[in-house]
Amino acid sequence: MATTILDIKNLKREFKMGSETVRALKGISFHIEAGEFVTIMGSSGSGKTTLLNILGCLDKPSDGEFLLDNVNIGKLSRNDLARLRNQKIGFVFQAYNLLPRTSALENVELPLLYNKEIGARERHKRAIESLEAVKLADRLDHLPNQLSGGQQQRVAIARALVNQPVMILADEATGNLDTRTSYEIISLMQELNQQQGKTIVFVTHEPDIASFSSRTITLKDGRIVKDVKNEKVRSAQEALAALPVQDDY
Amino acid sequence: MNVFNLFRIAWRALLRNKMRAFLTMLGIIIGVGSVITMVAIGQGSKQSIRDQLSTMGSNMITIRPSSNVTVGGGARLGSTALQTLTLPDADVIKKQSQYITEISPAVTASGQAINAAQNWPTSMQGVSPGYLNIRQWKLKSGTNFTDEDVKTANKVCLIGQTIVENIFGAGEDPVGKYIRFKKIPFKVIGVLEEKGENAFGQDQDDIIMAPYTTVQKRLLAIPYVQTIYASAIDEQSSALATAEITSILRKQHKLKDSDQDDFTVRTQAELISTISSTSELLTVLLAAIAGISLLVGGIGIMNIMYVSVKERTKEIGLRMSIGARGIDILLQFLIEAIFISITGGVIGVVLGVVASNVITLLLSWPTLVSESSIILSFLVCAFTGVFFGYYPARNASKLDPIEALRYE
Ligand SMILES: Nc1ncnc2c1ncn2[C@@H]1O[C@H](COP(=O)(O)OP(=O)(O)OP(=O)(O)O)[C@@H](O)[C@H]1O
Ligand SMILES: [Mg+2]
Repeated sequence: MATTILDIKNLKREFKMGSETVRALKGISFHIEAGEFVTIMGSSGSGKTTLLNILGCLDKPSDGEFLLDNVNIGKLSRNDLARLRNQKIGFVFQAYNLLPRTSALENVELPLLYNKEIGARERHKRAIESLEAVKLADRLDHLPNQLSGGQQQRVAIARALVNQPVMILADEATGNLDTRTSYEIISLMQELNQQQGKTIVFVTHEPDIASFSSRTITLKDGRIVKDVKNEKVRSAQEALAALPVQDDY
Repeated sequence: MNVFNLFRIAWRALLRNKMRAFLTMLGIIIGVGSVITMVAIGQGSKQSIRDQLSTMGSNMITIRPSSNVTVGGGARLGSTALQTLTLPDADVIKKQSQYITEISPAVTASGQAINAAQNWPTSMQGVSPGYLNIRQWKLKSGTNFTDEDVKTANKVCLIGQTIVENIFGAGEDPVGKYIRFKKIPFKVIGVLEEKGENAFGQDQDDIIMAPYTTVQKRLLAIPYVQTIYASAIDEQSSALATAEITSILRKQHKLKDSDQDDFTVRTQAELISTISSTSELLTVLLAAIAGISLLVGGIGIMNIMYVSVKERTKEIGLRMSIGARGIDILLQFLIEAIFISITGGVIGVVLGVVASNVITLLLSWPTLVSESSIILSFLVCAFTGVFFGYYPARNASKLDPIEALRYE
């Protein structure tokens, strides 16, 4: 039996805006086993980003319990949360969020600079390995503005991988990319999931993308409306091969 | 957090914005450079005034007559018109004072010095043989006159370098020659060493010295003396000597307690401190102006750091999302600020030292780069970095990661 990596019970998140209170999450419970590939779907404003930020220890719930690797997040300090983000979680954003005027290699090294257990040589080696894993070994010295959107997102994924996190969280990581590039990213995610056993939580709008995951949770108005296991996981590799040849328009 | 990594992070962040870092540095460079240069100019002029004053003899005490009664309309008589100092005054001081080593009455007559066809307007100072010691002056050649010469009002003299140059031919040895001063022939028995200008720009070598009796009787026909010079045992005892001389002279002049002194006693040390305090003021003024430019440089740092925190909010959010703690962000920004100010400080110090030397070289103003001004401006720099970098850095460290990431 797989171990539970993430366990949330009756999670709530409210935003106070003056006299009004926006209830973004209205009581959400689920748990995720190590090695799952979960997609979170839902219409705009349903609370996906809010949920993912809490799962990524960037934000704290207003109420409810959140156990990450059996550690109760609600009781941790700001600094402890920073350490968790650094060592257990890899975050991938829709907007890539790479440091400008900084090489791919240095961008990937960044999380390791905040990890005091890792020396300079180890840092360099791991950053190169990460970039190799996302097939960018030949772009180490490129600056973000010298890379395509898909390549920038792969650098961001390499950065998320470099600290060897137990879990990768992605918020519409393919939102800015075309179908082919999206499939490439998803294929990369599947590879990490299947070959390295990384747990992945992937927020997306597109049902198409969800079909590549092993489980899909659907939110609506801050509640879970559907939570289904996907029996027949599509292979992104095959889908990519099935796509019509590139310059068809 | 590994401190070394923090430096690496800050260094990389600075490299990404070389131009901005340099422009910020420029404020500090100019600030520190001008502090060092200004203080060097102030200190240099103070030092050179000091040096010049001490060539006049730093233990020297000068006693001049002064009026203790105001004549009609409140006007006082000038000291040359006063006749209150006499030879017995000098004798009494010499006998009774414990703090002085030499004493010399002095009278001055001006006139033309003539040797053969050359003449030169100058003045002859009548003094005692001890005057050379009081002024710490040596003879280049020949001998000093003696007490015997004083007693007989002998027509012998010592001449300064300027006199030699103006009335003697090149290579001519003046010792043993006769010159005429106010039509009276004087035998030159010694030549004084060159002393240069004094602090007031007067040529000290433009002088002829003769026994005071000679000048009193043969040139001026006066019984009184114009000045009495004395020399204290050392610089420290010159204040004691002053007090002592004052009380001796008051007794000698039979002044009542209610009377004011009819003479003034000045020490060289007093003169030095009066003049150096003026140049001290100059130094302080220059330093203040330069300090203001350093302050402006500091505010420049604060401004840039402040803008940079706003501009780099997204970067801060990202760093936090991948595990930077508040303190890491705080230290990163602080190190950036300190790095800018220290580097600017080092360049500023180098520039200041170079500028001081260039000023001395081109304008021949004396400058003195003091270690304390280097250390001080350097400390101010580091402090500026911390002080003006801290507030924006602290703001950055308090940001909420999500809000920072969202910031556009
Ligand atoms: N910082 C905030 N302050 C106030 N309200 C917020 C804040 N963040 C989110 N909300 C509100 O919470 C709700 C959920 O927002 P959230 O960003 O989680 O939606 P989402 O599902 O990610 O939408 P999208 O698909 O458009 O990204 C929205 O109604 C939003 O207005
Ligand atoms: Mg969202």
